Amino acid sequence: MKEYEEKVFKVIMIGSAIIILGLLLYITGTIFYKGFPALSWDMITKLPGGGFYLGKEGGVLNAIVGSIYIIAGALAISLIMSLPLVMYINFYLRKNSLFANTIRFCFDILFGVPSIVYGAFGFAIMVYLGIRASLLGGILAVAMLIMPIMMRSLDEVTRLLSRDLPDALLSLGATKYEMVKVILRQLMPGVITAILLSVGRGIGDAATVLFTAGYTDNIPAALNQPSATLPLAIFFQLGSPVEEVQNRAYASAIILTVIILTLSFSARYFSSKFSKNKI
Amino acid sequence: MRRIRSVKDNTARYFMLAVAIFSILFLLAIGIGLLFKALPIMEEKNLWSLLTSANWKPFKGDFGFLPFILSTLYVSVIAIVIALPLSLLTSIYLSTYASKNIRRFFEPVVDLLSGIPPVIYGVWGTLTIIPLISEKIAPKFVEFSSGYTVLAGGVVLAVMIIPLLISILVEVFRTIPREMTDASLALGATRWQTVKKVILRKSFPGIIAAIVLATSRAFGETIAVLMVCGNISQVPHSMFDAGYPLPALIANNYGEMLSIPSYESALMLAAFLLFIIIVLFNGLSRLTLNQIERRYKT
Repeated sequence: MKEYEEKVFKVIMIGSAIIILGLLLYITGTIFYKGFPALSWDMITKLPGGGFYLGKEGGVLNAIVGSIYIIAGALAISLIMSLPLVMYINFYLRKNSLFANTIRFCFDILFGVPSIVYGAFGFAIMVYLGIRASLLGGILAVAMLIMPIMMRSLDEVTRLLSRDLPDALLSLGATKYEMVKVILRQLMPGVITAILLSVGRGIGDAATVLFTAGYTDNIPAALNQPSATLPLAIFFQLGSPVEEVQNRAYASAIILTVIILTLSFSARYFSSKFSKNKI
Repeated sequence: MRRIRSVKDNTARYFMLAVAIFSILFLLAIGIGLLFKALPIMEEKNLWSLLTSANWKPFKGDFGFLPFILSTLYVSVIAIVIALPLSLLTSIYLSTYASKNIRRFFEPVVDLLSGIPPVIYGVWGTLTIIPLISEKIAPKFVEFSSGYTVLAGGVVLAVMIIPLLISILVEVFRTIPREMTDASLALGATRWQTVKKVILRKSFPGIIAAIVLATSRAFGETIAVLMVCGNISQVPHSMFDAGYPLPALIANNYGEMLSIPSYESALMLAAFLLFIIIVLFNGLSRLTLNQIERRYKT
């Protein structure tokens, strides 16, 4: 009886692991199978043409470039905020200080706040300040979204760092600021992993940019112009009644999936490098 | 020379302190900002009647949130019911049975699954889950279903929260002392008996925390759910009715409805409710998980 139960549950467990692996293959497989026929160079290199939304010529270059602009801006803001923050709570405050743990706890919560709330809050602030849906709005909203991801993964790698290096630097007479500069170099692979993770999350999110960035067929030339984004391009094209446009939604989904997969694999590569470099 | 160094050091220190204080205030600012925007509708109407009325006619000034609240609940419950057994069994397998190689192979699988953007899950759902429900599953139970249903939302959400559940559960199981499982095995228990009697019992608070965290993720998910749920403002009577979860309501209507002030305020109330519930759920489960981890370390 005992052995029997053991075997049954082992089979069920392996089964559920296989189901989860199967889901990943099924999802990516479906996207590639449906999108591949519609994928072409024009999709990646051209702006939407005159009859684009009726199934005529053009591509989603506006959305690709828009997404890159927004994520680049958001990345810059969240790096400028989270690098000093992580250095401060790890090297300026005592170990297990209440202040540091409160900040960590706040970011744990912010990490769970859904992107639609960031989008709505961002839009409310924009209305208050009189900013229309624009590149700037999108950048700010996505920065709010990826800041907790960035901060948490930076904090994780920083906490793994051995205390010997900071102690050695301080005993050589370096100020704390100089110490932090050296430590940052040591942490570089971890920083890159954090960047790749947050870019992956930020570039794929639709709910944050839905109200804040707007949508346009052109590439934005200034911060106050609206900007298209890849997830929204997929969402809008899929809502079209025209079949060709729907097929392009699947092709755009391939573009987004490939970007995400590349980011995810490189993040993995850099984090494995980091664990090798650990002192 | 020394002066410049110490000036630099102090500037950096105060800048960092400012960022740290700002980041704590940020969480408060979101809550207060949303509450502030939601106040007009709460002054106009009784909060309790807003939450329990099923009457949603924004142009006549009726804002009953019940259909949206119930849709959110149904969708999340379906998602948890599907996702929990799969994730629990997989993470038990990964942390107690699987060899190192299998674990190393599975890590990127979970990572990739959690990295896939919501909109891709939505596309996948409309391509596979919707036809499956409308052609195969629903005809066995009801006469007609478009496929854009509460059930579809639940299934897509389930797939989306699986990676979150697995990664937390594996962490929780890792904190169980090796001696404890070894003692159980040495006494003659099989592996599964050890799992049942020692591991699951010992990690019960952690499992609950993981479920709460995954539920709050399901509450807030927007685009994927919006794409498969049907979005009709009615109280769903079965799994094969269309639903309209709160985040989908906000996403579909906010931004265009600024001309009607009380409509905007009502949508902000929806955002505020989501925010408060999720902060509460997240806070409680994170506290539990932190405590488990701390006990493990000492």
